[in-house]
Amino acid sequence: MLEPTYYSFPNDLHIHWSLMIVMYPYITGLVAGAFIVSSLYHVFNRKELFPVARFSLGASFAFLSVATFPLLNHLGHPLRGPLIMITPNFSSAMAGFGLIYAFYFLVVLLEIWLITRADIIRYARQSRGLKRLMYKLLALGVYDDSPEALEFDHKTTKVLAGIGIPAACLLHGYVGFLFGALKSNPWWSTPLMPIIFLFSAMVSGIAMIIILYQIIMVYKGITINSGCIQSMCRWLWLFMIFTVTLEMLEIITLAYEQAEEWEVISHLLTTFLPFSFLGIQVVFGSLIPFILLAIIVLMNPYLTDRLRNTLAFVSSFILLIQVWSMRWNVVIGGQIFSKSFRGFRDYQPQFLEKEGILASLIIFALPFIIMVIYEKIIPSFEGLKGREMITEIEPTVQYKGA
Amino acid sequence: MGLCRRDFLRWGLMGLAAGGMVTRSVYPIYGTEEEEPKRGLEYNPEDHYYGYLIDTYKCIGCGMCVQACKMENSVPEKFFRTWVERYLIADNGEDLVVDSPHGGISGFQPEVTKFNITKGFFVPKMCNHCQNTPCIQVCPVGASYMTEDGLVLVDFKHCIGCGYCVQACPYGSRFMNPYTHTADKCTWCYHRISRYMLPACVQACPVKARRFGDLKDPNDEVRRIIATERVGVLQPDLLTKPKCFYLGLDKEVV
Repeated sequence: MLEPTYYSFPNDLHIHWSLMIVMYPYITGLVAGAFIVSSLYHVFNRKELFPVARFSLGASFAFLSVATFPLLNHLGHPLRGPLIMITPNFSSAMAGFGLIYAFYFLVVLLEIWLITRADIIRYARQSRGLKRLMYKLLALGVYDDSPEALEFDHKTTKVLAGIGIPAACLLHGYVGFLFGALKSNPWWSTPLMPIIFLFSAMVSGIAMIIILYQIIMVYKGITINSGCIQSMCRWLWLFMIFTVTLEMLEIITLAYEQAEEWEVISHLLTTFLPFSFLGIQVVFGSLIPFILLAIIVLMNPYLTDRLRNTLAFVSSFILLIQVWSMRWNVVIGGQIFSKSFRGFRDYQPQFLEKEGILASLIIFALPFIIMVIYEKIIPSFEGLKGREMITEIEPTVQYKGA
Repeated sequence: MGLCRRDFLRWGLMGLAAGGMVTRSVYPIYGTEEEEPKRGLEYNPEDHYYGYLIDTYKCIGCGMCVQACKMENSVPEKFFRTWVERYLIADNGEDLVVDSPHGGISGFQPEVTKFNITKGFFVPKMCNHCQNTPCIQVCPVGASYMTEDGLVLVDFKHCIGCGYCVQACPYGSRFMNPYTHTADKCTWCYHRISRYMLPACVQACPVKARRFGDLKDPNDEVRRIIATERVGVLQPDLLTKPKCFYLGLDKEVV
């Protein structure tokens, strides 16, 4: 292919998949990542994650509740959205979304119910009036909180979490597949795409839990569990290394092959994405957290709790930006060049447009509002005593709760 | 008693009008004789399988096809169901200019290039109505579908407007209609061809650079040319199997 002559196909006027489609994989990634944190405790017995196990499931539920909102806001006909489930075209990757989403939602809801059931029963017994009615409704008429019943709940939770892991991987791997399976776009079309999305989902989910856990603990005046933070940082470091390696491998392979698509992609990276890709995603978003997390993981004995928590918080925050910029670079970057492979277009999201910055901020704020309500109804950090009753697992790292 | 001139004209005109109405009711007016419908034949999609042939040697870039398409299908401003590209290529084989101002709807102005043009030609483009089409594959609700006569169409009443098909089409043939908020594309004027008429762009082409034919018809000229001449398709490596064939396709055309 010859040098780009800046010719775009006439219909390649605008970027069609906008900020909403950046938010969509970002939010589903947080869902999957938060669920994995919970599953590490429930399935893989990472007992040091006990303080956040229950909360991360609630966080996963909160993000899952709004995961479809960006998509619906993007659709030309949002009211026809349910047709994806009613008249699915099974050759379409997108058609699977409704089914995977519904299945995953069911698994998360069931798991939450089983984990919090003992608490719900307790609240139903203790409260009065409307509050009592709400808890009775949440209990679904089941008030058996005998040790046998709770043991059964615990085993079922383990099974559900086991099912939930592949479901979470499927949900987010599938989001990567949406892009990776489009042969029309060389920036998207790579089998690595679902795997990159999956690992970056874990990164964003764990990072979000680290941040939220610390904020909530500070807000509630509870000591942050160092073992828990340390463990999450280890997982975060591992997953971020996988993610960045895969991201770089993809680019290096494209550059090394020097196939015809490299001409347009190299132009894209150097002209349109130098800030968001090279600056944010690679240098700021990957290198700095890698070093900070390495300090936490490798120099653990020398760190004070405060320093560890600060480093974890900062690196998690940067990684959240990194993953978001990765979504941006994939979704928007893939549309900046025309399918003529000769022309480019730019995209500046507007603040007030239908799929603009304000709409994205509102959608992104919703899970946190849901989390606040969720925590009011079924608190995750209520104290160890109640928790022991629910899980019947004695954590190795003691929860320093109130 | 003879007719006066005024009565002759009155009765004459009335007679012509009445005759015209009778004729219109029996034989609907369809335009030129060349594309007159095969009257009395009910259209059965199973009997046809269409193909499209573009002769880039003949195209003069006048843009009549683009205009005809816009008028026939009420294509929204700034979007195109068909367009014409111009390629100007240097003798070193590396420098080139490709353009399509407003889809080539008003033709092309002479272009001054920094290099000596040794090769220049026009390439009309549109939906290729691929046999192995990525747009139908990715449509989550089945709003994009293939007819029995081989056309790729969009059900506007079913399309949810996700735009996945727009992303999947490697030829830039699809767009999101700003009025219907659904995917839109060339239909090869299905409303016309199902009445045995030619697509508007084919009819409008003054040099017969665009031809439309029935690949199931053994006597069809387009079928004969595809079978006997050296024809190419756009981006054959993607294996979408386009049904839009090109004569004189250059390697620079994507």
